[in-house]
Amino acid sequence: MPITADKIWYILTALTLISALAVILVRNPMYSVLSLVLTFFLLSCHYFLLNAQFLGVVNMIVYAGAIMVLFLFVVMFLNLREYREETKNNLTKIGAFVMGLAILGAIIASIRRLQYPMPPSEQFNIKTGYVETLGDLLFRDYLLPFELVTVLFFIAMVGAIIIGKREKGERHF
Amino acid sequence: MDIFWIKAIIVLVIFGLSLVVAMYSTWAERKVAGYMQDRPGPNRAGWGGLLQPLADAGKMFFKEDFIPAQANKWLFIAGPCLAMLTALLSSAVVPFGDTIIVGSDEVQVQGIEVNIGILWVFGIVSLGVYGVMVGGWASNNKFSLLGAIRAASQNISYELAMGLSLIAIIMMTGSLSVRDIINTQHGGSWNLLYQPLGFIIFLTCAFAECNRTPFDLPECEAELIGGYHTEYSSMKLGFYLFAEYINMFVSSCVVSALYFGGFNYPFMDKVAEALGTDATGHNIATAIGFGVFFAKALFFVFFFMWVRWTLPRFRYDQLMNLGWKSLIPLAILNIVVTGIGLMFEIRWFSWVAVILIVGVALVQAALKPKAARGILEAAPVR
Amino acid sequence: MQLTNRSKKIDKSEMSLAERMYLPAIASGMAITLKHFFKKKPTINYPEQKRYLGPVFRGHHILKKDEAGRERCTACGLCAVACPAEAISMVAAERKSGEEHLYREEKYAAVYEINMLRCIFCGFCEEACPKQAIYLRHDEFVPVFMSRER
Repeated sequence: MPITADKIWYILTALTLISALAVILVRNPMYSVLSLVLTFFLLSCHYFLLNAQFLGVVNMIVYAGAIMVLFLFVVMFLNLREYREETKNNLTKIGAFVMGLAILGAIIASIRRLQYPMPPSEQFNIKTGYVETLGDLLFRDYLLPFELVTVLFFIAMVGAIIIGKREKGERHF
Repeated sequence: MDIFWIKAIIVLVIFGLSLVVAMYSTWAERKVAGYMQDRPGPNRAGWGGLLQPLADAGKMFFKEDFIPAQANKWLFIAGPCLAMLTALLSSAVVPFGDTIIVGSDEVQVQGIEVNIGILWVFGIVSLGVYGVMVGGWASNNKFSLLGAIRAASQNISYELAMGLSLIAIIMMTGSLSVRDIINTQHGGSWNLLYQPLGFIIFLTCAFAECNRTPFDLPECEAELIGGYHTEYSSMKLGFYLFAEYINMFVSSCVVSALYFGGFNYPFMDKVAEALGTDATGHNIATAIGFGVFFAKALFFVFFFMWVRWTLPRFRYDQLMNLGWKSLIPLAILNIVVTGIGLMFEIRWFSWVAVILIVGVALVQAALKPKAARGILEAAPVR
Repeated sequence: MQLTNRSKKIDKSEMSLAERMYLPAIASGMAITLKHFFKKKPTINYPEQKRYLGPVFRGHHILKKDEAGRERCTACGLCAVACPAEAISMVAAERKSGEEHLYREEKYAAVYEINMLRCIFCGFCEEACPKQAIYLRHDEFVPVFMSRER
């Protein structure tokens, strides 16, 4: 039985959905964070399957490797034994349900209208997802948005440093 | 023979080799430690103690496999597995040699050749911290937790400097593929000669990423008992230690591929010419290149041990200061200087940064009065 | 006032750039360890290689017999008094008629014990003994295991 890309896609998608559902269904926040890491990893695998290697690896480094480590960091500091039920009364539950339904409706409505043109397979360039193509696009066609995003990141970084800076008279142990 | 099976054999050989090298690294570590401390090291099991790794493995397997009552059982088991998995994944893109010709096919001696190779290593290394974190947290022990947190923050901090030092190499090569990086170093133009500062930063960060001394604060015995593996015993502990040695081997391979020309060696063209261009000659030339690459990697494994048995451990604030306040600015300086060099097509331009720093240091040492040392005994001792 | 003159004065002034780079210091340290790496090892692999012990070495205790094969010890207790570690204890007994070929004097040690966990191998018992009965062998260690062979 030959292993084809669409079979791998089905398996990967099933795994991704399971781990993504586990993020919200599992009660232990530690398990939630870890299944979120798994979800990001599987999403990276989806990128690899689409031959978008650079995007996949960057997704892995940035989300699974850096951001989720910080999430885990925070969760590890909390005392997980005390699960506080009282923050979730019926009103918040109903509110969350309604909000969720509204977002689901919005997504379905927008996807239903979407006309996604499939590129003809003979014109498909295998190097579309490669870093060279991506670099060409970013630094030629989309240079201004790219630079604006870097400015945004720079501002965010300066802000983070100012927030984290030790103030006069403040003591750290 | 089908190309699929050749590739499968190559992958299996690389997998087996990294395991065997890691196994004998444990022996070599103890031997090197012994020799540097004027003693012979393990020499009872087999000739020169060569069977010591087997004896250790036997011991590890027969020890009691203990899981603390208050530990999170599944995550406690998952920790060492994750550490081992991520350690083994990263060697997939390291090119161990040139190509071999089997029949009409030319196969690369490498797990997979992808055009983002070095980023793959980087991504897997950044995932590697989960094994330590999960294990440390699941032990339900304050010392383990502290070790895990130290490991996490240390890895994140040093990944930045490591990535920035890599960017200079990538700028010079114009490719993320490790094979391309090696091929541009063909003919003795090793990246070490053009990127001295980047090499030092990368090497330092490699030590920190492998949790090796002087950066082994996650398992710092003096402060944290055993750090993240305090509660571990038997083969689970063995997996953690083994993963460390595999990481060490892979990072040695990466260092020798990026900065020391990988499987390139001086006069390799003449050797290849002498061996002929038919399949056998080509394969022998590849085998020599493989041996050269291996020798370089093993030298760096030795270097890791050499440093471990020479340097004391950093203090945690010193570690953070070194990472954030020294290595990252230096790496950015290196990128800028390399960029200027590339603009004017002067490849060795990043030596300017090194010369600048050394010059400032020398001037400062010359200007500083020598008598200033050692007369401050009246200073209050805090 | 210092007990020894070996203590070093600590310099707490700010480090210069060369010192803050750590690299020169690291290189010199690694040169030292590499020098030791190639040094000849002073280790003696014990069971295979044995060190020359010398004629005054104090090793395994024995109670000697005289030329006729009779025990010399009379259980006088001087060795026990001399012992700084109080390791020696003994039970004296009187010689019966017909045992003259076994014991030289009228009194002998029925039990003579040296607690090997306490013994410090000072050899004072040997010096104190008026009959030259106890002797510390110069060519043999105390057996490591419980064996009483030979």
